[in-house]
Amino acid sequence: MTLPRARKSAKVAGVATAVALVAAACSSGGAPSTSAGGTGGGGGAGDNSGYTFAMVTHETPGDTFWDKIKAGANQAAKNNGITLKYSNDPEPSKQATLIQNAVDSKVDGIATTLATPDALAGAVKSAASANIPVVAFNSGIDQYQKVGALMYFGSDETLAGTTAGKRITEAGAKKPLCVIQAAGSVALEARCAGVKSAAPATENIQVNGADDPSVVSALQAKLSQDKSIDYIVTLGAPIALDALKAIDQSGSSAKLITFDLNQDAAQAIKDGKIQFSIDQQPYVQGYLAVQSLYLYKKNGNDIGGGKPVLTGPSFVDAKNIDAILPFAKNNTR
Amino acid sequence: MSQTTQTPPAAPAETSNRVTLGWSNRLLARPEVGALVAAVVIFVFFLAVAPAFRSPGSLFTVLYQSSTIGIVAVAVGMLMIGGEFDLSAGVIVTTAGLVNAMFCYQLGINLWVGALLSLAFSLALGFLNGYLVVRTGIPSFLITLGTFFVLQGANLGVTKLVTGSVSTPNINQMAGYSSLDAVFASSFRVGTVTVEVTVLWWLLFVVLSAWILQRTKVGNWIYASGGNADSARAVGVPVRKVKIGLFMTVAFLGWFVGMHTLYKFDTLQAGNGIGNEFLYIIAAVVGGTLLTGGFGNALGVAIGAFIFGMTSLGIVYAGWDPNWFRAFLGVMLLLAVMVNLYVKKLSTARKVG
Repeated sequence: MTLPRARKSAKVAGVATAVALVAAACSSGGAPSTSAGGTGGGGGAGDNSGYTFAMVTHETPGDTFWDKIKAGANQAAKNNGITLKYSNDPEPSKQATLIQNAVDSKVDGIATTLATPDALAGAVKSAASANIPVVAFNSGIDQYQKVGALMYFGSDETLAGTTAGKRITEAGAKKPLCVIQAAGSVALEARCAGVKSAAPATENIQVNGADDPSVVSALQAKLSQDKSIDYIVTLGAPIALDALKAIDQSGSSAKLITFDLNQDAAQAIKDGKIQFSIDQQPYVQGYLAVQSLYLYKKNGNDIGGGKPVLTGPSFVDAKNIDAILPFAKNNTR
Repeated sequence: MSQTTQTPPAAPAETSNRVTLGWSNRLLARPEVGALVAAVVIFVFFLAVAPAFRSPGSLFTVLYQSSTIGIVAVAVGMLMIGGEFDLSAGVIVTTAGLVNAMFCYQLGINLWVGALLSLAFSLALGFLNGYLVVRTGIPSFLITLGTFFVLQGANLGVTKLVTGSVSTPNINQMAGYSSLDAVFASSFRVGTVTVEVTVLWWLLFVVLSAWILQRTKVGNWIYASGGNADSARAVGVPVRKVKIGLFMTVAFLGWFVGMHTLYKFDTLQAGNGIGNEFLYIIAAVVGGTLLTGGFGNALGVAIGAFIFGMTSLGIVYAGWDPNWFRAFLGVMLLLAVMVNLYVKKLSTARKVG
């Protein structure tokens, strides 16, 4: 269990400390929800530190992706006897208020996503001036240092998009379609822009990710409007499953790749219906964000050597799906 | 009006004085005609600009998209004719599916049991909405806004509690799946086109609703309750029962679409359905239903849903820049409502003085 995860991360991150951390994550168990009670440490690495950390994200409620971030964060909190306060709001100004709330309640550290760095810069600065360490994760790779966050754990979305674009171009893609499920998201646009930079014929489409039937019919419509589409790139696992339905019903021969994973998408990769997934390992993002705050408070450790720690892009395809499927079912991958 | 009732002898004179509308004007005065004209205009427009729109297969994709909105809109339209709103209609769809999926999966019970339980639960929610509205006299806009938030939170909270994730487990291996799938989410081929079964259900519900509204006593009650609840009550219409019944009808058709979504996609995201409540209301309004109640009909609401489906997919068929999608959609809907209004003005304008 330790081996494949450690090997993968080493390939991805190439940062020795991160590898050690991930390995530690594994040794203390992968299923976060099995034992609910107790803040005591798990295994021998446990510590009853008593820290209180706040985690603030731009999660839109109801996306399975964030379950994994939270599962990772909770596991790290449990291992180290940390009280973790989670809050979220997709709206930038409200997320800034949530960070300010955490500062006001004098937590020991803050982990936040920086999907809208400019809007959050003020709140992050006020945390810094209150001597509360802030780490960023999931989004904000280019701006985290500028707004004053100490470390960053996440994927490089543009790089992820470019790598995916290269890979499908090599596989013969002529006309990919990139499906954006939430209008106006910087991270999603960056992924599609990345795909387009490697496969210039890429076209974008916007769908309503909160309504599966309308995603299917919109994709069906697009596939019949433009029969030259030979690859579909979805940016979230639930959308990939909708796309499968649309491909099926429109009789198109387009192939499908997706960002992120869930249990059903992992199964579809195993069944050969999805070519591959570009995974950014949300569990690791949540885990490392909390773990790094702990290490910083405890020992003054710095992870990443002043550079972002990459949790992706990590490819999941027919070759490694057998090893990864059980982790996906566990909500840890 | 009160004057005429006080002076019955004037009646014959009034009859002779009355403006008699020609058949064309009487036709134009019907609520659905404006929407029909708008639908034809938009249809022809997309036929012209979007080559991919011209195939029969595309028409049925549009009909499918319209049906998933249109089925609930049938009930929402009736409710609006009855003078009330339901903002919880979008999330009830998701709630219904979640109840069915989680109940059966956790306890390993045949899915039919869960489907019926979910039906009972949805109807109870509809009853609660209606009961609170008629009991408290608080506008339904506020009551159902409350249920909307409660359900939205409960959908996420309960799902997370039960499954440990915010989506339900895959149910397509469970007992009862294939028969439920056949009822709610199957499709069949006619020649070259795939027809989704929801399109047929939609037609059935529209016909049923039209029949109730135009041909039955209950239909008259609905118009009366929405037109003027006090006078309706005065002439013996059971306004409270009518309104509670209408809320339950919305819940029933919400349940129906919830079943479709569940059995078509096998899993449900707990956050889904939010925002759709407005699409139902838009469909009803574009179809000529008055926001103030008392006016509208089933065919109009169906055409409204069709206009929405046609516009949202027509933009894709035309291959327009996706960033502008919502803007196009807004312009199209505004145009539809304006054509609707214009046609109605034409029809009701008095030609004799």
